[in-house]
Amino acid sequence: MTATGIGAPVRRKEDFRFITGKGRYVDDINRPGQAYAYFLRSPHAHATINKIDTSAALKEPGVVAILTGDDVAADKVGGLICGWMIHNKDGSPMKGGAHPALAHGKVRYVGDHVAVVIAETLAQARDASEKIEVDYGVLPAAASIESARKAGAAAIHDVAPDNQVYDWHIGDKAAADAAFAQAKHVTKLDIVNNRLVPNPMEPRAAVGDYDMGSDSFTLYTTSQNPHVARLVLSAFIGIAPENKLRVIAPDVGGGFGSKIFIYAEETICVWAAKKVGRPVKWTSDRTEAFLSDAHGRDHVTHAEMALGDNGKILGLRVKTRANMGAYLSTFASSVPTYLYAPLLSGQYNIPAIYAEVEAVYTNTAPVDAYRGAGRPEATFVIERLAEVAARELHMDPAEFRRRNFVTQFPHQTPVIMAYDAGDYDASLTLAQKMHDTAGFLARKAASAANGKLRGIGYSAYIEACGIAPSAAVGSLGAGVGLWESAEVRVNPVGTVEILTGSHSHGQGHETTFAQLVSSRLGIPLENVSIVHGDTDKVQMGMGTYGSRSGAVGMSAIVKALDKIEAKAKKVAAHVLEAAEGDIEFKDGKFTVKGTDKSADFGTVALNAYIAHKFNGQELEPGLKESAFWDPTNFTFPAGVHICELEIDPATGVIKIDRWTAVDDFGNVINPMIVEGQVHGGIAQGVGQALLEGAVYDESGQLLTASFMDYTMPRADDLPSYNVGMTVTPCPSNPLGIKGCGEAGAIASPPAVINAITNALGHENITMPATPEKVWRAAQSAVRKQAAE
Amino acid sequence: MTKVSMTVNGKAVSAEIEPRTLLVQFLRDHLRLTGTHVGCDTSQCGACMVHVDGRAVKSCTTLAVTVDGSHVTTIEGLAKGDKLHPMQEAFREHHGLQCGFCTPGMIMSAVDIVNRKGHNLDEATIRHELEGNICRCTGYHNIVKAIADGAKHMASTPAE
Amino acid sequence: MYAFTHHSATSIADAVKSVGEGKYLAGGHTLVPTMKQRLAMPGNIVDLNKVAELKGVSDNGGVLTVKAMTRHYEVENSPVVQKAIPGLAKLAGGIGDPQVRHRGTMGGSVANNDPAADYPAAVLALNATIVTDRRRIAADDYFKGLFTTALEDSELITAIEFPHADSFSYAKFRNPASLYAMVGVAIAKKGGAVRVAVTGAGSDGVFRWKEAEDKLAANFTAAALDGLAVSPSRVNGDLHGSAEYRAHLIGVMAKRAMGA
Repeated sequence: MTATGIGAPVRRKEDFRFITGKGRYVDDINRPGQAYAYFLRSPHAHATINKIDTSAALKEPGVVAILTGDDVAADKVGGLICGWMIHNKDGSPMKGGAHPALAHGKVRYVGDHVAVVIAETLAQARDASEKIEVDYGVLPAAASIESARKAGAAAIHDVAPDNQVYDWHIGDKAAADAAFAQAKHVTKLDIVNNRLVPNPMEPRAAVGDYDMGSDSFTLYTTSQNPHVARLVLSAFIGIAPENKLRVIAPDVGGGFGSKIFIYAEETICVWAAKKVGRPVKWTSDRTEAFLSDAHGRDHVTHAEMALGDNGKILGLRVKTRANMGAYLSTFASSVPTYLYAPLLSGQYNIPAIYAEVEAVYTNTAPVDAYRGAGRPEATFVIERLAEVAARELHMDPAEFRRRNFVTQFPHQTPVIMAYDAGDYDASLTLAQKMHDTAGFLARKAASAANGKLRGIGYSAYIEACGIAPSAAVGSLGAGVGLWESAEVRVNPVGTVEILTGSHSHGQGHETTFAQLVSSRLGIPLENVSIVHGDTDKVQMGMGTYGSRSGAVGMSAIVKALDKIEAKAKKVAAHVLEAAEGDIEFKDGKFTVKGTDKSADFGTVALNAYIAHKFNGQELEPGLKESAFWDPTNFTFPAGVHICELEIDPATGVIKIDRWTAVDDFGNVINPMIVEGQVHGGIAQGVGQALLEGAVYDESGQLLTASFMDYTMPRADDLPSYNVGMTVTPCPSNPLGIKGCGEAGAIASPPAVINAITNALGHENITMPATPEKVWRAAQSAVRKQAAE
Repeated sequence: MTKVSMTVNGKAVSAEIEPRTLLVQFLRDHLRLTGTHVGCDTSQCGACMVHVDGRAVKSCTTLAVTVDGSHVTTIEGLAKGDKLHPMQEAFREHHGLQCGFCTPGMIMSAVDIVNRKGHNLDEATIRHELEGNICRCTGYHNIVKAIADGAKHMASTPAE
Repeated sequence: MYAFTHHSATSIADAVKSVGEGKYLAGGHTLVPTMKQRLAMPGNIVDLNKVAELKGVSDNGGVLTVKAMTRHYEVENSPVVQKAIPGLAKLAGGIGDPQVRHRGTMGGSVANNDPAADYPAAVLALNATIVTDRRRIAADDYFKGLFTTALEDSELITAIEFPHADSFSYAKFRNPASLYAMVGVAIAKKGGAVRVAVTGAGSDGVFRWKEAEDKLAANFTAAALDGLAVSPSRVNGDLHGSAEYRAHLIGVMAKRAMGA
């Protein structure tokens, strides 16, 4: 390992612009002559739109145009799509309701888009929006799964009269029932996985621009996957053919899933730019983000674990209801199905699993992938069951897990996944040592002496990421392939540009990808530039989500680099006047086997372009290669997190006292960046467990629509983390990488709740475990501790 | 329209603005100093933080007209030419940023913490003093380390 | 926010003369967010930030006077306040976050009377006097309910006068999202009299907890509060805490204010 090579904690190349205020986010971009869009949003959760009168608003100062669903329909702008088909138990397709970019005839949640006002300034647009008169016919709203599925509930979409989107299942029901019939003990849990709002710190934004001369559009947008945005906006929504639509996602201030999706606002901005003949800019404020960014999680689950002798798990039965919100967002249907249930086996050898998932429309914001997407929900189910089962069997929770760990690889679970590599016991053992679990009882006694309740909780998570083999996801209903692309451009002076379909919005690709290329080609880090986020510059790619940029995106770069090396060897053979088979490449130097003849990488690059030394008919000039990488399997990061916390029973306030995370991400390019991903993921998971929850009232009003009411984790809510790693390289990609972006958010919620319930001595607490809930739940524990 | 004059990053500026112009809008839209960000509407997140007369304030909750005559420092004014401020260096060295959006506010807040609390900051103090800043990426772990280290380096560097 | 006209006042008299139907702007940390959300639409703003006679802190040995435009961080760090009523400086240092404290003012907070603000509890517990451009108002006569005070239209707070106390302390439980007080309890003792003021929790804003005052007047220890509870019926409940929980927290915070 060199100072900048693979495995080195290289300081980030992108940081300079961010720490000096020179980052360039969408809201920093202004186009000459731009006008500003303000969206009039529905104040009702469910209503018909009988009439929209814009006449008074149009007379307001500065107004350029006001557009409604009628204009969208008249221009035949296609609706927003859901790109993953799920089939019901009976084989029939899911019920996807139409999702026009501006509501047409009906609004389905508070925040739904009713009209857009385009004006000279944002303030004028907002002023004018208040003069639009909308005649709503208010309908009964269903803000929860139960109310939406109640007999007689108003249908949110005509295609789904009972508000059921799909009724899906996976696994072998008969085998699972047989396992439960043999069980010595059954552990049962009812679980709520609370609804979250992703809240990247940069709100979404879009600038649409139209150039009449070339009849082409440019959209600057806060996207994790600009090519997918272009594909959807072209092929489905019909804004323009792909060759006439350029999508640019510049610096993007965090995504966590919420910027994967193609939303109404960017669709309207780019469409309206041509319609009004002006660039159109929209920037979300935070309340709009709460109302209209896709939310995450929101499952209600009943789960049962069948246990045999010696704490062996025999089977699992899981029944989940998932709230999809008012419309199916871009990948929404896959989250509670294929991103969820296949992970229910956890790190354990479970012979039989059967899971049923019912997805339901409600009059709330759409729900889609949020950091972890399905896998945190699955991990919460299996890791709560494991902990509770151990308690019920009076077994040590770590020992219970050890007895059930998968130890032979590959391991085929009953729910699709084939785990390829791992050493779960190694992570658990290291975590226990780092955490000093042996000292827990002494610490608990010290807490008790201070009137505090101390608890410890484990979470042994596994996730499937590096998504994903295109053939596999295609067979499961995905509308796209999930490969990644790369192009390596070697310039005549030996500097290199990497064009990647991955998109960095905090992950540090400009550094890690450069580390890979620099160490492979033996050139300085600063000679490598990473180009991403612009469909005019970069070949088609699939973007960044599902912890895929390392495992899939970098594998594509490796494949392109293989081609570069092969071509460069041919050029070097001419430069060095040797046979191609005798050329070796190492540390940036081409040498002739058995001689001292050599040429450095720059010399060979120059000769590839000068092309004087070879016949251009036999060997093409130039040094530029591209590759597409389609993985053969998901990757399976896994690890163990241990949370230890103290409860003040007088107030219910929780202080996390120590946190240990041991993760196996396979090989690691930059441990500094990987640890940063773990820290951030844990913080979001702790947020879910203790602080965060989107709450709608019965009429469908969002009660948590700002940071005044939705509790974001602050520095004082969190501890420093003790992070360790074990390594089993991933066998399905050339770098042995598994992926690290979501692990923390997947692992942490059950660790927190297991610790709280350990401290309380009972299982009756739901997320977020707010001070009031904990205070109520702690009363019995206080009495018990006093009695001891 | 109202006339407002102030010194921003050492430069005198004045403009005719609508009274409803927030300081952050004045900085971003009129002066094109886009390093100061807007992350919320309710003064919680701190992405908009700048220094007014040497003290950290939230520029999204401050009308530009109310700081008429003041000295304003933004993230763009922190480095001395090519030489980064020690707190900027510390954020890079300790990986105290990921997406970078909250970072300008974090750094301005960090410098203000040091100005108020000195150069030897323990973890609890830093975490408490960051109550006006929200980061969604880092889990704060490395921000806390960066501020502790940046504070020490500020001691050996001439003040702003 | 909606458009408005702006006048930068030069004196108290100028401010009062200019305000008309408009609003005074002090630190702006309540008014500006409200205006941004278009929940307030004053047509005219009279800016107090340049009124020199509204700034400063003084003490005559028996009464601490804090002028209205004194910012929270100035109260927190003022040696005069720290010497006269140290608990008040400490309370100021816990308002909002550091940036709010750099802008927010005592006059603004007391004039606004947000039910979750900290200063009203101090004003009420310390039996302070609100001094305006036209009169003096006793704390007991000043707070009239949520966001409501005895102030008349155009009446401007110029200072708050705090009589010294033998002891003054404040403990609060913060709303984890907004960091405002969910429950704040201020306790002041002067001679044999004890005043206990509760903010954040009252369904009608800040209030005095007479039962606690009586118990503490008889026995000024945390233990004196054992078994004492505020009725949840005078306490508000919301998303962040039910009335029952807040009522319970009032007891806990009162004891913590007493050093328990």
